Amino acid sequence: MPPSESAQASAATLELVETTKRYGGVVAVDAISLRISAGTYCCLLGPSGCGKTSTLRMIAGHETVSAGAVVFGGHEITDLPPARRGTAMMFQSYALFPHLTALDNVAFALKMRGVDRVARHARAAEVLALVAMSAYADRRPGELSGGQQQRVALARALITEPKILLLDEPLSALDPYLRVRMRAELKRLQRELGITFVHVTHSQEEAMALADLVVVMNEGRIEQQGSPREVFNRPRTEFVARFIGGHNVVTARGARVAVRADRLQLRRLNGHGEAPPTKGTVTNVEYQGTVVQTSVTADDGTELIALAPEQVFDREPLTPGTRVAVDWEPGAAHALTQ
Amino acid sequence: MSDGGAGGTALLRPSAVPATTGVGVWLRRLASRAAAPYWQAAPLALVFAFFFVLPLVVTVVVSLWRYNEYSITPALVGDNYASVFSGCLAELPSLCLTFKTYLSTLKFCVLAWALTLLLGFTVAYFLTFHVRSLTGQMTLFLVCTIPFWTSNVIRMISWVPLLGRNGLVNSFLVSAGLTREPLTWLLFSDFSVALAFVHLYTMFMIVPIFNSMSRIDRALLEAARDAGASGWQALWNVVVPLSKPGIVIGSIFVVTMVMGDYVTIGVMGGQQIASVGKVIQVQLSYLQFPLAAANAVVLLAVVLMVIAAMTRLVDVRKEL
Repeated sequence: MPPSESAQASAATLELVETTKRYGGVVAVDAISLRISAGTYCCLLGPSGCGKTSTLRMIAGHETVSAGAVVFGGHEITDLPPARRGTAMMFQSYALFPHLTALDNVAFALKMRGVDRVARHARAAEVLALVAMSAYADRRPGELSGGQQQRVALARALITEPKILLLDEPLSALDPYLRVRMRAELKRLQRELGITFVHVTHSQEEAMALADLVVVMNEGRIEQQGSPREVFNRPRTEFVARFIGGHNVVTARGARVAVRADRLQLRRLNGHGEAPPTKGTVTNVEYQGTVVQTSVTADDGTELIALAPEQVFDREPLTPGTRVAVDWEPGAAHALTQ
Repeated sequence: MSDGGAGGTALLRPSAVPATTGVGVWLRRLASRAAAPYWQAAPLALVFAFFFVLPLVVTVVVSLWRYNEYSITPALVGDNYASVFSGCLAELPSLCLTFKTYLSTLKFCVLAWALTLLLGFTVAYFLTFHVRSLTGQMTLFLVCTIPFWTSNVIRMISWVPLLGRNGLVNSFLVSAGLTREPLTWLLFSDFSVALAFVHLYTMFMIVPIFNSMSRIDRALLEAARDAGASGWQALWNVVVPLSKPGIVIGSIFVVTMVMGDYVTIGVMGGQQIASVGKVIQVQLSYLQFPLAAANAVVLLAVVLMVIAAMTRLVDVRKEL
């Protein structure tokens, strides 16, 4: 990488420094600190009300920062107006202007800057082509499907050539099939443009699929941040383990540990052999195609989930009511804080 | 009217209708599914026909009758229209009485429209975007309607002690030394007429514009800001276009009311200012019904043309 480019890359790092948002007496975002380096696909993940959208809106400049700072490329942008931050936002309901055509929606920011009609339409057409919407340039938002509206909204955000694109639950309004397709497309765009994406979602699946950096938030704080693999394999807290899914949280030898559902081994109890660490009763068996999900209620009342590949499950099929021993390899469990 | 509706539902049961006779076939057709919407629309259609269409037709018919000092006779002549416009073409380029009257009325129309639009839009904007709570909006809305608790005439007349030669405003101005003589243009002038129109009709502008504005998604304003729009740019490029239906509906209200008005112009103009409505009223008082009807038809045509021009700006049906 040429030095100028790397300098530019470090210059485009986004930093939140003890950023806080209070609404009256309620603390929505509690002094969070976060560093997102240039070209990162970052997902803010958490349940509704965890402060992820407030965080995004503070980065965008649509929400005032109560305390702390937002720093971008070494400059504080805490109090700059949205359009002067180098960010662009894609709104949850897309917020397309209903009275304008797709082309005029995309060209809007250029019109505000006083770019003449011919030039801004030419540029808008280019960006529309980038999201494969050229054929719909003359339609109004009301005449477009949800997925098409989303592409137009994406194009509108990209026309200002932002260094950071902020996406507020961009996929939540789409049906599951389209969601998966648009997900791949977002990732492709991010790779091609090489800019930072900050994407707010409550879907761990979405975050896993897209993110270079997953930031799990709860009650205004960051619970854990890291790559999807780090977060999934080593959830730091019980909240993360439960929210990210695919984990069982159990008490073993007095400590709370997380065990991945696909590492849980179930064995039919047949009266002989050593005493297993945990015993329970199968309550439900769900065939999910590639895997079979078995629900077990342990004798101490803990609900457990075990995922097994179809062939593995078929070696020793279980039915509801079966008594089972629950076990895992020592390496599969890891301790949780709190 | 309710008889029609009840009859309709009874007829919808086909078994109750004998099918063999000619009347039976006719009734069955009436009771068919396709006829149901017509039955449902019938009560309102009848009200409209009786109280709106019929008087209009009568006015047009009477405008073609003949009259003299002591009688009115049914006829089919254009004499009344000719006398409305008598001399108008011959006197050009100077304006005949009818043209002058229409011009004066149109002048007030434009004045009242521009002022109520400016005020109404501002108030609606304030109510929609600056009053955050719904209770606040409702309260302020009710405050706006307080003037409507008294009649039009009382609201107009109450300006007289305020604006008169020895009124409150003049005595203040004189005692404050701002003017030596009392201002005479405050009352019984174009100014007082325009003032009264604005006072009376601004509410008719506020309500439809507020209705349009309150449907604007707040996220659109944020999106505009995100795209670098200043406050004025967002107002002009987002709020105004999306308020257009309300603006047009409000404008239709105001224009229609001002064009047909003769009471306000009469009272606030000190009976010195001509208006089309006043002309019609005077002709009616002299029992020149056909002439008044002809004038009314011409006025109606002018108002319809103005409205047609305005609705071309925007599809009002979208708003309904």
